[in-house]
Amino acid sequence: MEITLRELISAIHGMLFGGFFLMALFGAIVLLLSTHSDSPTPTPRWQTFYLIAMVVLGWAAVLSGAYIIYPWYRALAPAGADLALYPKALLTAHPTTAGWHSFGMEWKEHVAWIAPMAATMVAFVLLKQRAAWNAHRQVRATVLGFAAAAFLAAAIAGGWGAMINKKAPVQGGQTYQLMGSAK
Amino acid sequence: MTDITPTAQNPTPNGPVAAAILSCGLGCFFLGVLAVAADGSKALAAALNFSNPSGPLSGVTTVAIALWLLCWAILAARWRNKSVAFGKITGAAFTLLALSLLLTFPPFGDLFLGR
Repeated sequence: MEITLRELISAIHGMLFGGFFLMALFGAIVLLLSTHSDSPTPTPRWQTFYLIAMVVLGWAAVLSGAYIIYPWYRALAPAGADLALYPKALLTAHPTTAGWHSFGMEWKEHVAWIAPMAATMVAFVLLKQRAAWNAHRQVRATVLGFAAAAFLAAAIAGGWGAMINKKAPVQGGQTYQLMGSAK
Repeated sequence: MTDITPTAQNPTPNGPVAAAILSCGLGCFFLGVLAVAADGSKALAAALNFSNPSGPLSGVTTVAIALWLLCWAILAARWRNKSVAFGKITGAAFTLLALSLLLTFPPFGDLFLGR
């Protein structure tokens, strides 16, 4: 059982960073819904760790996507090259698959960034402005709205990423043996 | 924006939270505007090509994040220890957030660029 370097990094980007970020955002929304005007100050230690981890996962997802995976995805294919190693070229080579790039990837590559920005703001308010959170109902409603928008943006990006990677997987690079070959 | 001095009834200033929320809306909006602008202008796309392997996406996101953090720093400094008209801030922030979600949606961007 083998996996290539690019497949491994793509899995870390999507399943570890992106997947856990999405789950953490959902957890944060539940936390926001259950945290009212009598929430403890200072912020409980576990919430501090949780919210910081959520923000780190969000930024790790977009940064690894933009600066590691995306260059592999959009690399120009030399004439006569095997397009399986050039996902963007593979998708845009056929009218029936071009939309996965022109719609899906174009949407995903930008909307994704809204999620960590909003998640950072949510974490900041909960960690550093807990007194204002407790004092103002409108603050709680607004932060919850931004958390929901972050979840939506992350879900769009993650969903398209998974579908595009099924259609034209990012692959190549060094091969790693995970388990012994089946006999 | 109207600044309101914290009162005995409401002693906790909302200025720092308002700064974080409005700057977040602005940052997302800058991202959407830059994404559409770079898609519509080859010159701007070339200028935003900060990292060749990633292309204009690198510049679009870097500039948007820099503007977001700059806005946050400026607003936080101006609204420290103050309470502001939070309803107006929230309205503006949600409008900017909704516009950013629309602008990053390719059919809307194409419509905006007349394609």
